[in-house]
Amino acid sequence: MTADAATVRAAVDAAYRDEWGQVVAVLIGLTRDWDLAEDCAQEAFATALTAWRRDGVPDRPGAWLTTTARRRATDRLRRDAAGRAKLRQLAVLAREPDESAAEEIPDERLRLIFTCCHPALPFEARVALTLRTLAGLSTAEIARAFLTAETTMAQRIVRAKRKIADAGIPYRVPPAELLPERLASVLAVLYLIFNEGYGEHDASRALTAEAIHLARVLARLLPDEPEPRGLLALMLLHEARRATRVDDGVLVPLERQDRSRWDRALIDEGVAVLDDALALRRGGPYQVQAAIAACHATAPGPEGTDWPQIAALYAELARLAPSPVVELNRAVAVAMADGIPAGLALVDELTASGRLDGYHLLPATRADLLRRDGHTAEARAAYEEALRLAPSEPDRRYLTGRLNAL
Amino acid sequence: MKYVLLISDDETRSPSNEEMDADPVHQAWEADLKRRGAERLGVRLRPVASATTVRVRDGETLVSDGPFAETKDFVGGVVLIECADLDEAIAIAAGHSYARWGGVEIRPVWE
Repeated sequence: MTADAATVRAAVDAAYRDEWGQVVAVLIGLTRDWDLAEDCAQEAFATALTAWRRDGVPDRPGAWLTTTARRRATDRLRRDAAGRAKLRQLAVLAREPDESAAEEIPDERLRLIFTCCHPALPFEARVALTLRTLAGLSTAEIARAFLTAETTMAQRIVRAKRKIADAGIPYRVPPAELLPERLASVLAVLYLIFNEGYGEHDASRALTAEAIHLARVLARLLPDEPEPRGLLALMLLHEARRATRVDDGVLVPLERQDRSRWDRALIDEGVAVLDDALALRRGGPYQVQAAIAACHATAPGPEGTDWPQIAALYAELARLAPSPVVELNRAVAVAMADGIPAGLALVDELTASGRLDGYHLLPATRADLLRRDGHTAEARAAYEEALRLAPSEPDRRYLTGRLNAL
Repeated sequence: MKYVLLISDDETRSPSNEEMDADPVHQAWEADLKRRGAERLGVRLRPVASATTVRVRDGETLVSDGPFAETKDFVGGVVLIECADLDEAIAIAAGHSYARWGGVEIRPVWE
């Protein structure tokens, strides 16, 4: 039963996306050797290209790949004395895997993701390691995404793997008492990956797609935890609006985005996932942020938006995860719900506190509120200040447009 | 795995040995170590004012007063533990009374 090249290529690509992390996770579980696990996974996918053409695509590509990678690992370890000694310790690996057996390999990715995101690793290394070992991105791809030299990124990953081995970071899902703290680290890593992709103004969806994929896996593997679903919902609701965020290199604010171009299927899914999370009745910052995103995504337009609800949600978020940026967003919602003077008063408080000094969205927000309230001269000064602080070209183009329209 | 815990602080508090022994947090820590069977060696160091550092440069022995490096925190105790993994070492370190005002550095032993 042979298969044509295009079918096999597509099947291997799909398996790479869906199974890479699992194959690597199983191999690390068996050998505790991260490099060996990655090399053998790589070889298994390469072998699949020829084997699947000859024999057809297997019914369970993941099981085929895992078995093949496992055989590779055994072969490689047999080559030298140290490897043979290790094989004797790893009795489970030495046992010949039975392809035909219906034995389901449990999903090992949870152990892998918690290890990659261990707080004893530097945050940047957690992000890189997660993208490398779970999502299967190459070091070059990760380096490009984070505008880092490939050698720097490679070194970061090597050091992280070395620390896992040398410091004895356990390869496991943390016990219940550590889960909240450790899960927060995993969620922060996935959200950073998403935001890194979301900030891209070109058409590349790679990082947002990887983050959503990993969040789906996490949400499925931790069905009793509401926050992974909250994060997944938040990502889906943001992703739905992505195409309308920038127009011709100029940032488009929410109220001016073309809502007919928002992705309805993603919004519906995001809302459904959020409902599942909320049904668990344990709130958290990602669920609140997703609820805010859902208010925007399901509103018919800026006027039909439930601003009092959004203001209340920001107040809740400020309580769960206090930050001056959250306060700034709350000020905007309050301005929309209770009138511009109420919002401006909150912005002025923030300005006086100095906690957002140098952050361009502080004067930009103030400028927008002043403009709407008819204070043109003050608005102009605030836009000019924001323009001086704005970090990116789309931001500057947007602010220049506003300034010229005054 | 074997780890060395470097118990550090800036020495502003400097409780005496008797005060340490009377501290319920320290007692709980000692009991926890015993329960885990983790402690291989544990010593408390005298304050850094009594430290002497020796360097040999170009064959010449240089003796200086004070610690190896001038930092805010100084090592005030060394505990060698043996436990399952870094998570257990973190749990043990977090229970030490100095962790509340100083810090505990966990260093895996190079074997």
